[in-house]
Amino acid sequence: MTVGGALAGGGLRAAARIRAEADARGISRLPVLDGEGPLAVRRIRSAGPEARVALVGAMSAPLGGDRLTVAAEAGPGARLDVTSTAATIALPGQTKEPAHYDVRLSVEEDAELRWLPEQLISAHGSALQVTTRAEVAPGARLLLREEQVLGRTGEPPGNLTSRLTVRCAGRLLLDQELACGPAAPSGWDGPAALAGHRALGQLVVVRPELAEAPARPQLLGELAALTPLAGPGLLVTAVAPDALRLRRALDEAVRVVG
Amino acid sequence: MSRATLLVLADGRFPAGGHAHSGGAEAAVAAGRIKDAADLAEFCRGRLHTSGLVAAALAAAAALGVDPLLLDEAADARTPSAALRTAARKLGRQMMRAARATWPSAELDALAAVRPKGAHQPVVLGLAARSAGLGPEDAAYVAAYEAVSGPASAVVRLLSLDPFDATGVLARLAPELDRVAADAGAAARRVPDEGVDALPASSAPLLDIGAEAHAAWAVRLFAS
Repeated sequence: MTVGGALAGGGLRAAARIRAEADARGISRLPVLDGEGPLAVRRIRSAGPEARVALVGAMSAPLGGDRLTVAAEAGPGARLDVTSTAATIALPGQTKEPAHYDVRLSVEEDAELRWLPEQLISAHGSALQVTTRAEVAPGARLLLREEQVLGRTGEPPGNLTSRLTVRCAGRLLLDQELACGPAAPSGWDGPAALAGHRALGQLVVVRPELAEAPARPQLLGELAALTPLAGPGLLVTAVAPDALRLRRALDEAVRVVG
Repeated sequence: MSRATLLVLADGRFPAGGHAHSGGAEAAVAAGRIKDAADLAEFCRGRLHTSGLVAAALAAAAALGVDPLLLDEAADARTPSAALRTAARKLGRQMMRAARATWPSAELDALAAVRPKGAHQPVVLGLAARSAGLGPEDAAYVAAYEAVSGPASAVVRLLSLDPFDATGVLARLAPELDRVAADAGAAARRVPDEGVDALPASSAPLLDIGAEAHAAWAVRLFAS
């Protein structure tokens, strides 16, 4: 395995690419499964027709200045589940430059992608910009979970910005940006935004039937809410005191949305 | 621009229905997250830099002449809470009535015709500013100021907070309001080249969660 390349600023560049395609019997195969450096990808045994992949953190990343890209595609009619084996921890690097972590998800016609990685932890002193873009074709289905944990236990968080964009049949369904940490605009931890909670998460569901029959808004406890989006999708937003309670809330949300 | 026209549009007494909304403050007070003037200031700060910035940028882009339907779609995607989309369209409809009566224009008529139930309020506000001869930064200022003045006056009623304290909170936010309005105007000016993705999409999780909780209440003082 070779690392994609060292960058002048001191970080590294690495990419992982996953593509699932359905074979003639409807079983999803993985014609593309490439990782490098800190981004290793592993096929996991699947009991059903779906292909399953785990992202494995093969070295400490992202550090300041790193540029990481993960692209996952489910080809027409394919089913792809992606998880990760451990939380991703953003750490300070040798450079003051922020790290960039770009996730590109593509769900082609009648395909289904379940993107359920472990938490992203923003360690003290780190700076990370996460961009997640999902393109969902007509008839395709997406389940996407993102969890951000601000600081390891008992430490103040680093700087974390995250932008999540979901396009469905070319139309913008969700565009959401979060900024946390000492460099974020003031008020990020106040009563309008996080109010001292150290874990936050989103669950996005895109399904064609939600266009005709939108989900009903629903509270899931005091700190999580399910809301229909303006199109064939729904969003669960949750905050929690810690990662464990956040996961409980989002697991409950996954049960509710079925 | 006419500074006097800006005052007319920004006046809290402009009959566009804003006084019926607390900007999420009622839910935050009920949850115990706003208990005094210091909490109000932090709440307003958080709202200003998230939904306030987004609203200001949408308003500025509309004032600049960007297609209001594109902006309305961008506003939908940036407003994941269904309760807040409903509130924004209700307010947009009221703003449209007031604006068409005050500064009639073919552009306002055209948007009202295709969005009879209301476009998102910041988009209508921006178009109203345009019809009044105001510029993008003016529209951004009005939207940004509304993002904090609404919660401030609501909290005066909800907590019986001293109105002098609430106004003091707004006065101390002035430098940040200036920055947000400038950033919103700059983002709007990138839209003709880069499309609506150039607009900010900042969000505040508890505003979204609180809005859904608030919408489910049987009795409430404010509409949102």
